[in-house]
Amino acid sequence: MSLHSCICIKNEWDIVGARQMGREIARVMGFCTVDQARIATAISELARNIFLYAEEGKIYFEIIHQHNRKGLRMIAIDTGPGIDDISKVMEDGYTTSGGLGAGLPGVKRIMDEFELISEVGKGTKVTVVKWLR
Amino acid sequence: MEDRFLEKVLDNRNVIVDLWLREIVPIKDENYPTTISHELIDEINREFVEVIFSSIQHQHDVENIEQFTEKLINLGWPLSFIVDGLQTFRRVTINYILTEFKQIDTDYFSSILEYADNWLEPIIRQLVNEYTISWEETVSLQRIALKELSAPLIPVMERISVMPLIGAIDTERARLIMENLLKGVTQHNAEVVLLDITGVPIVDTMVAHHIIKAAEAVRLIGATCILVGIRPEIAQTIVNLGINLSNFPTKSSLKKGFAEALSITNRQVIELKEEQENIEKLLDSLQKE
Repeated sequence: MSLHSCICIKNEWDIVGARQMGREIARVMGFCTVDQARIATAISELARNIFLYAEEGKIYFEIIHQHNRKGLRMIAIDTGPGIDDISKVMEDGYTTSGGLGAGLPGVKRIMDEFELISEVGKGTKVTVVKWLR
Repeated sequence: MEDRFLEKVLDNRNVIVDLWLREIVPIKDENYPTTISHELIDEINREFVEVIFSSIQHQHDVENIEQFTEKLINLGWPLSFIVDGLQTFRRVTINYILTEFKQIDTDYFSSILEYADNWLEPIIRQLVNEYTISWEETVSLQRIALKELSAPLIPVMERISVMPLIGAIDTERARLIMENLLKGVTQHNAEVVLLDITGVPIVDTMVAHHIIKAAEAVRLIGATCILVGIRPEIAQTIVNLGINLSNFPTKSSLKKGFAEALSITNRQVIELKEEQENIEKLLDSLQKE
């Protein structure tokens, strides 16, 4: 396992690949099963967003150290259409694809840190961190 | 000029074969699984070089190559074996012609390269094609097999069916789950369907959405869908994500779900201990007589 790993999301099966990779990294780092499931779910949501809206993108995994604590940072980047109204996508139940609309707000709840940067026409970058407890 | 090269190569076939075999042996160890005997490798190598020569000699003789490729595919040998073998053959042959004719100028050199390419190119193309076709066949067969396994509905007893789900759920599979559920419920006259997600590694919003839709569709045709096999970590994640699964019953295990299904259909499991003892007594007395 390297400090930085990256996985490309191009089709639906890459979502499964990204999720398995994330879960494996989380397991090796010593996350409990609940946190492993949370991390895998977050990756699944972020990867699916890339696949659904941007068609193509990448997810980076990074093990980070800060003030004596260890964490897993995941960055999902795409060059898709971007998000027009960020406050709206963070509302529960807002969806443009007919889904549940719980993806991004859900990811924010299951992760410790969450940052969403997006520019219309340029792309979206979601950074999430889960700290090892 | 080509005829001259071709003649030379064919006349000295044995020399080239020996050179090739000597070159090919060192790369052997990386390419083959160690379980294969040296005799077999030697035999295949000789056959390979025969195929190459016969293809050079009769340009349109594809049957030999086909047979040989089929044999390699059946043996499970890697494509790199063929590619390495052909590259080596090309190098050996070009070197041989160069040393034999002892003529050095650029035009001459490039024409040799061109001829060697023309000899070997059809072989490479055909071998790679055969391999690719065989892989594509395998993949498509596996896809069919996977599809058959992906959403089975099992009528366990009258009015109760179970659908066990194992592995990741994608859009295609979600569609199959819905279809099979509805088809199965009407076909088997099921009143209760148990959807078992013990084997589903992750329930994210998409998977949850598909489950909710399937359960709702089942409700519309008059049956009840019970979601079973929710592991503790999955339950926590579902709650954290904020997914609402309160519209249909859920149970932690298939066992509990089945008990619930029985009570919905007004039935219960009764152990037949006494009767069984009676039968055993009867059998014993019969044996004594």
